[in-house]
Formats: sequence, structure tokens, C-alpha cells
Amino acid sequence: MKRIIVCLKQAVDVSQLKVDTATRQLLTASALRKISDFDKNALEEAIKLKEKQSNIEIFTVTVTAEDAKTVLREALAMGADKAYMILDSNFKEIDTLGTAYVLAEAIRKIGEYDLILCGETSLDSFSGLVSSRLAELLSLPHINYVRKVSVESNAVIAERTLEDSVETVKAKMPAIVSVTREINQPRIPSLMMIMKASKKEIITWTTADLNIQQDNLGSKIEVIEVLAPKTERKKIRIKGETVQEAAEKLVKALVEEGVVGRR
Amino acid sequence: MSQHNGVCVYSDKHDLTLEILGKGREIADKLQTELAAVLIGYNVQQRADEMIKNGADKVYIADNQALQNFKFESYLSILHTIAVNYKPEIFLIGSTRNGKPLAARLATRLGTGCVPDCNRLSVDEQRRLISERITYGGNAAAKLTFKTKPQIATVPARAFEKPQPKERNGQLIKLDVKVEEAKTEIVDVKPLETASVRIEDAEIIISCGRGLEKKEDKALLDELASVLCGQVGCSRPLAEDRKWFSEWVGLSGHKVKPKLYIACGISGVIQHVAGIRDAKVIVAINKDEQAPIFEVADYGVVGNLYEVLPALKEALKKQLQ
Repeated sequence: MKRIIVCLKQAVDVSQLKVDTATRQLLTASALRKISDFDKNALEEAIKLKEKQSNIEIFTVTVTAEDAKTVLREALAMGADKAYMILDSNFKEIDTLGTAYVLAEAIRKIGEYDLILCGETSLDSFSGLVSSRLAELLSLPHINYVRKVSVESNAVIAERTLEDSVETVKAKMPAIVSVTREINQPRIPSLMMIMKASKKEIITWTTADLNIQQDNLGSKIEVIEVLAPKTERKKIRIKGETVQEAAEKLVKALVEEGVVGRR
Repeated sequence: MSQHNGVCVYSDKHDLTLEILGKGREIADKLQTELAAVLIGYNVQQRADEMIKNGADKVYIADNQALQNFKFESYLSILHTIAVNYKPEIFLIGSTRNGKPLAARLATRLGTGCVPDCNRLSVDEQRRLISERITYGGNAAAKLTFKTKPQIATVPARAFEKPQPKERNGQLIKLDVKVEEAKTEIVDVKPLETASVRIEDAEIIISCGRGLEKKEDKALLDELASVLCGQVGCSRPLAEDRKWFSEWVGLSGHKVKPKLYIACGISGVIQHVAGIRDAKVIVAINKDEQAPIFEVADYGVVGNLYEVLPALKEALKKQLQ
């Protein structure tokens, strides 16, 4: 194995996301950005494979509508060797098919690779479609929901979890593997690693650098609205002189709700 | 107008197919079109009858030994053939761990859109499928529709109710498809190591979060669960970071629908809340009165779970005696 490509999304940090309570609109423009958690697991797994067999290169590829250099520096500090950023403000409206298409064209231009690692889904849109779409566009074998991965000569062997079973699946490389968060704990880069990473390269491409037909970028999905859900909970505080009194009041309320009763 | 017509349902899980057929029937009736189900496997013909009773007008059957187990490319080639030959305007596909990637690849092969994990589906006057899903880590619900056909949506388990089966007539259509070879090989299958009762099916769930100090203290929740005939769950940190549980409740774990959910020592981050949105009644017990869980609970008790839970257990015992 010579080269691993890791697909990284610059995602909205959903834990920091604010909502305009009057309009229920999400304030995504001002929200912090970070590497989508699941993709970080994919990168960590690539670094682990490299540690077992040192002569591997790790390239990351990011499709983004806004500059992502800050978060890509983190990927390089963790251990990626080179980062590719495909930047185009038109990507703002891109859907999962368009994203996979741009990734596929960028990966074709990069050329040789043995393994593509992706996160199972993204932190913000949580669709989980891009890696499957990429596999289809590149006609590659795909193994998803992977919690364990290893490489044996020219094949990848992965453990994927299903609803009620665990499959061990083998595929000839090149192949795509998408990982779940349970696969590993991504490392936090040390100051040394951060310093070293500043010499590494971030290559920026636009759609003009790739063999992209603009027609293929149009979203197949129309967004009607994206709004914070209404909370319709009662928000009643149960208080009592003693904890016993509060507990009894709570039980009374639950009986009245009809969710607790005599069996 | 587009020549696409009809609604087509597929899941690799038979029960989920039946659930989706209920919704599919409603949509097909509104569109005044046909509802089809896809049946793939080996010796599975007897399921066709149940699909018809649950609302299908037609069942496409691909039944042969090579299809006994789910294989991506093989199953994909069958759905793709149906899409090309019969041109349904809508595909509803079960959002399982095999079904969702299958839907994504079908949509890619057809150059069309796909909306995953829809918890609501309807159609508008222009025959467009309107789908709703949770996004931004539970911060938002997105309402989306399609610009191209077929429109492909995936549907998670328990999003829709299984219909009441009725005696009705339906047509069986045997497919003769040149099945594509799978690009991956399954070398081993073993059962997933999980709790014996599925938490998604629990009526009452008592769940703990980082407020639980030691693994052994789970006993407090177990005792309450036994009084209520409920099940114990947890939030993500207790499973993923502390490894005290193998599964968790939340957007990335299990989405649950109990009649009562008691959150003990759970702060209530949005990802957790997204997993309990469909609970009928939510109770929060937390010593931090500022904890966001109180904003999404019906009843809140500010207090230490180590004091509140034993008191609650005693009060319940008194009530249920």
C-alpha cells in the first residue's frame, strides 16, 4: 500500500450552533467550523495504518464553499502529508451527488491510491450518502459502518456493524471504507506536530482545475426550509420541602399523564 | 410531464418493508398511482402475499440462490433494472445499514437526488415528494423536495406504523435480471453483542449521563427500572468514553420513542435530545438547574440523582402497591 486518501468535510460545529429563537433560523454563518468528527476518525485510522507500515502517504481531500485552511492545518498536524482543498463559492448549494462528483474528479486527478477512507456521515448535515455515491462514481468496492480495519497485501479487511450482526468483509484494493466513531479515538496534535505541519502543503484547486461539467453540480434537492424544531414540552419544575416530597409530586404527575400506573 | 409513475418500496428487512408500505399506500392513493414492493432473496415468495395485504398492488420478485444474502452490487442491479424498466416516480427504501448505502448508490447510478432518514413524507400538488429529516445534530428539521425523478427517500424503522393487513388482490412480477457480481466478499458473520431487549422498543426508559459517578451506581437505575418495568439507557459519553454501556440513546445511537423517558444526570446536549424527541413524557433529574435538559423536559427535578432516585423508587413503590 502506497497511498491513502482521506475525505474531510469542514463542518459546522453543531454543539456551538446558535438559533434565532424568534425566527427559528440557524445562525450557521457565524458558527464555528471544524473537521467533521467522523472524518477525523477516518484520518486517525489512516495514520494508524501508516504507523504499521511507514512508507505510506496520506492525502486529504476537502470540497468546500469557504476557505478551510485553518481546519486543514489541524489534519496536517495530526499526521496527514498533504491536503487538497477544492474551493468554489458555488459549492454553497451543492448536494451529496455534487459533492461526491467533485471528490471523484479530484481523486482522479490525484491519480494513484490504494484506499479511500471516509467518515460514515457528517456532523452537520448527517446524511451519510457521500461515501456510497463516491464508490458508485469511481466504481470501487465500498465497505461502510466499519469499526475495525486492516490491510493484507492487496486487500482490505473490515468489520462492519449492522442492526443485529457484525460482518467481516474483504475487498480488493483500491477500495473505499467508511468508518464509525467507535473505530478509534483521534489524537490531539502536540505543539511539535503543529510546528512540523506548518511546512506541509495545502493545495487549492478550483472547479477550473478539474474536469468538471458545471451542469453536474446543480443540486437535485430543493430546500424548502431548515428550522429549529418547536419545543412543546411542559417544562414544569417539581419542587418540595424534601426530596421525598418532590418525588411524590413527580409520581402523582406521571400517574395523571397516564404513563405510570398500577400493573 | 415526466413519464415516471408509481411508488416503489424496498427494504432488506421485511418488517420495515411492511411499515413503509403503509406510508407508500397513502402517497400512492394521493397520486392516484400504483404501489409496488420489491422482494429480493431466495425462497422468499411467501412474503409477497403479506406485502399485498399491507398495500402493494404489485410485487417485483427476484428469487434465486445467488441472492440469498444481501450483496450491494447484486441487489443494486435489480433495483436499477426496476428503475429503468418500470420508471417509478418515487422510491422509498428502508434506512437500514444495508438499505441506506443501497439507496445512495441507486440515486447516483440514476443521477438523481436522495433524502435519507425521513421521519415525515407527503406529496404536494405538483406530485413532488416532500420529505422531512432531522439535521444539524438535532438543531433543525429540514423540509426538502426533489428536482429530478425518480425521487429517492430512505425511511428509518418505526417512523411509520405498520398498516392493518387486508385481503386484496395484487400482481406478482418475476424479474429476470442479469445480476451484477458483488465487489466485496463477506468472510464472516456473527451476532452483534448487545443488550437482549432492544431499547427502541422500550415503553419506559431510565437513562443516565455523566452525572453517574461510578459504573456500579447503575444499580440505582436498574432498581428504578425494575419497579417501572422499564429499561436502562445512557447518553453517549457513558458508552463511548467510559465504556460502561455498549449502546447509547441519541442522534448517533438509538432514537427512542418511549411513553416515559427519565433522564438522570444528563445535561441534554442537542444530539442526545434529538434521540428522545418522540418520547411522550420526558422527566429530567439534574443537580445543575441551568442544565439544558430542563428546557426540553415536561417535568424537572433539580437535585442530586443519588438522592432523587431512591426517593422516586420509594414513592413509585407506594403508588404501584
